[in-house]
Amino acid sequence: MPVNATLATYSDWTYGAAVAVYVIAAVFYLCEQAFTKNKVKQRELVASGTQVAGTAEDGTWTPGLVVREQPSRAERLGRMGVAMTLLGVVLHGASLVLRGLATERAPWGNMYEYTALLTFAAVVGWLVLMRMFPVRRLGGFVLVPIGILMFLGGTVLYAEAAPVQPALQSYWLVVHVSVISVSSGLFLLPGVASVLYLLKSSGRARFAKLPDSDVLDRLAYRSTVFAFPLFTLGIICGAIWAEAAWGRFWGWDPKETVSFVAWVVYAAYLHARATAGWRGRPAAWVNTLGFALTVFNLFFINLVTTGLHSYAGVN
Amino acid sequence: MRAFLAFLRNTWRGLTAMRTALTLLFLLALGAMPGALLPQRSLNALKVTEYIAEKGWWGRLLDRLQFFDVYASYWFSAVYVLLFVSLVGCLLPRTWEYFKQMRAKPVLTPRNLSRLPHHASEELSASPEAVVARAKQRLRGWRLVEREEAGGARSVSAERGFLRETGNLVFHFSLLGLLVAFALGKMFGYEGQVIVQANGGQFCNSGVFNYDTFRPGLRVDGTNLNQFCVKVDDFHATYLHNGQAQEFRANIGYQSGADLDSGTWRPYPLEVNSPLRTAGDRVYLLGHGYTPLFTVTFPNGVTRTGETQWRPVNDVTLASEGATKFDPPGVTDTEQRRKNQLAITGLLAPTAVFRGELLDSAFPEDRDPAVAVDVYRGDLGTDSGRGQSIFAIDRQQVENGKLAKVARQNLRKGESTTLDDGTVIRFDGVRDWVSLQVSHDPTQVWVLAFSVLVILGLGTSLTIKRRRVWVRATPRGDGRTVVEVGGLARTDQAGYGEEFTALSRDLLEEES
Ligand code: HEM
Repeated sequence: MPVNATLATYSDWTYGAAVAVYVIAAVFYLCEQAFTKNKVKQRELVASGTQVAGTAEDGTWTPGLVVREQPSRAERLGRMGVAMTLLGVVLHGASLVLRGLATERAPWGNMYEYTALLTFAAVVGWLVLMRMFPVRRLGGFVLVPIGILMFLGGTVLYAEAAPVQPALQSYWLVVHVSVISVSSGLFLLPGVASVLYLLKSSGRARFAKLPDSDVLDRLAYRSTVFAFPLFTLGIICGAIWAEAAWGRFWGWDPKETVSFVAWVVYAAYLHARATAGWRGRPAAWVNTLGFALTVFNLFFINLVTTGLHSYAGVN
Repeated sequence: MRAFLAFLRNTWRGLTAMRTALTLLFLLALGAMPGALLPQRSLNALKVTEYIAEKGWWGRLLDRLQFFDVYASYWFSAVYVLLFVSLVGCLLPRTWEYFKQMRAKPVLTPRNLSRLPHHASEELSASPEAVVARAKQRLRGWRLVEREEAGGARSVSAERGFLRETGNLVFHFSLLGLLVAFALGKMFGYEGQVIVQANGGQFCNSGVFNYDTFRPGLRVDGTNLNQFCVKVDDFHATYLHNGQAQEFRANIGYQSGADLDSGTWRPYPLEVNSPLRTAGDRVYLLGHGYTPLFTVTFPNGVTRTGETQWRPVNDVTLASEGATKFDPPGVTDTEQRRKNQLAITGLLAPTAVFRGELLDSAFPEDRDPAVAVDVYRGDLGTDSGRGQSIFAIDRQQVENGKLAKVARQNLRKGESTTLDDGTVIRFDGVRDWVSLQVSHDPTQVWVLAFSVLVILGLGTSLTIKRRRVWVRATPRGDGRTVVEVGGLARTDQAGYGEEFTALSRDLLEEES
């Protein structure tokens, strides 16, 4: 299995470019957030013969009313942010594809590649959420941690394009690692939303500009509810793979253990949201803890402890 | 007695309350964590011993509290048993409720719809019958009943998403099933490891003594193992330039069932990720290493070859260490024989590099093997009754002077060294060995089946939303009809706002 060095180099370049573009996008979003006024009220009544219906930001239906906002400075910045994010996603995706072509295998065989896929899933997930919730201007808070992860991935964790070791040559790798990285990446979104929720609901004036805590809560819930079954599936695929590779489907290897703990914490989050006295802030804390564990699992467990999950690729 | 029953009932209620379940979930997460941070006996017993020695009283305290056997500890077991008791207590009434609801009609339309979280109303020119017909049309696929109310009013109660509860119950029951299957597997399963020489070496699963290490489940006594044999014909490994392994393969033959009697060997390419599955057991290729081949020519002219596996001390370069031991040949007197035993110990490098006199391995492949050996002569202590590692000599024998170092030498393949008594030791190169693991777990397919149900239940329960909608059409007397719509999201409010808005818009618009 030779590695195509040219493609590998292009993959590295597009990766770097994606990071740079995300940083620019983050700056746009952060400016948008900074310029956003506390309450946007620039609705105009449109006099027209037929009944027109518009859906306002908060989802209430107002017959005969159309929301037309003059593209303010904040609005323009936000749109530029979205454009940059889309460009970043294209570059990021290209980098993954090129890496795969260069090594002729699924491009998630070491920690660098894993981080790249994880962040890709996070950005794509964010783009989807942005269409569902009026939260565009929070893009900066999402892209900053993504940028940091990608930077660490591209420097500290970087590994040359190469074939993977025998334990990783299995189609279960393709399924398990991709599902786990995608779900971990998606967990970044509720993580960020929950932190913002905690800030917003602390009631300090400084955070007044953040969207309603209700919106943040729903955003966290919806993204968790999407990521959690995926994560469960990832763990199950991991167990199937472990049965073939290590002789047992579950052995409390450090990585398995922390995944289990994170899984239980997310289950606790879902329960908390259904338990009186646990909704709101406590649930947001639980969700934040879940994401902290996910990150801990990615970095600490792979780099510090010695387990069977030896695909770190960092010596 | 009454007080006791009340106590029981309260305990049961407390245990099955949602907040108890939540607390227990946290405790489970918290309790599992030390297993990732502290060394565990089940994974690496040696490391645990070292850790305890290093930490002193603190280590011993942790050990007393079972922190090195977390998943078998009393406290961890207590948490999950309580959690599952709580789960059963939670599930039974819910299942009961579930079946009751399955047959029940959607609930009566509340008197005052404007009290509901979602509400809209309008006056329309259509008749109540027409309004209701339209509502039923719009709510196709929902479970609904139409009711007549006082004063000529009509109402429709509709609900949707019953499958959510189904999914939720399937999910929680499957968790129970999964735990039970897991526990049974631990009881009736076993795991054993054995090293086999890769030049036709054989292993038969006929008894636990054939294993180097054997870990039985609680209900396994080592008799009645599934019968099969394997024979390792050869071993291949390929590596990248940087020494990273690319492929491992052991060509083996195996026999089980009728083949055991007929002596037929069936070939199987044993690779990482593709275990041999036979006779209800699985055989894995876990690792490999080298056996240095030494030919010793004793002073009396007799030669012996030593073929003892050495163990890798560096996973990347496969530098290995070990001890190849010999009894002097042709000595009948046991006392004499014991005094003249020989051991070759030291370091083996499959691809040798020398830094001065110091040997190290540059590459894991058998390209240019060499050994740096210390040769000991004397009493190895094999008859002392103390257990001996096959990879080392008994240091105590050296310390009390019964075993003496008689040579230290670097040998490349083919080179030899002569001891003071004329014994010649030649290093003839290396041979591969493989370490195999045999695993037996009679319930793992059940675990898999329940996992699949877990996923299906979870997916259903999290994607389906439970909604209720009521429509009431009340004639006003002047030919117009007051239409009220009320909605309740029983789970996951998110998104119901828009959904309800769209629905009420459809129902409250004048038909054109
Ligand atoms: C063994 C540990 C448990 C785990 C891992 C677990 C996990 C979960 C998960 C992931 C969900 C969300 C998915 C869904 O709505 O179906 C959930 C929901 C639920 N669980 Fe559990 N559960 C456990 C034990 C319990 C216990 C003991 C109870 C009863 C006290 C319980 C009651 C519920 C209820 C009522 C819901 C529905 C919440 C809602 O409507 O959103 N669970 N559980």
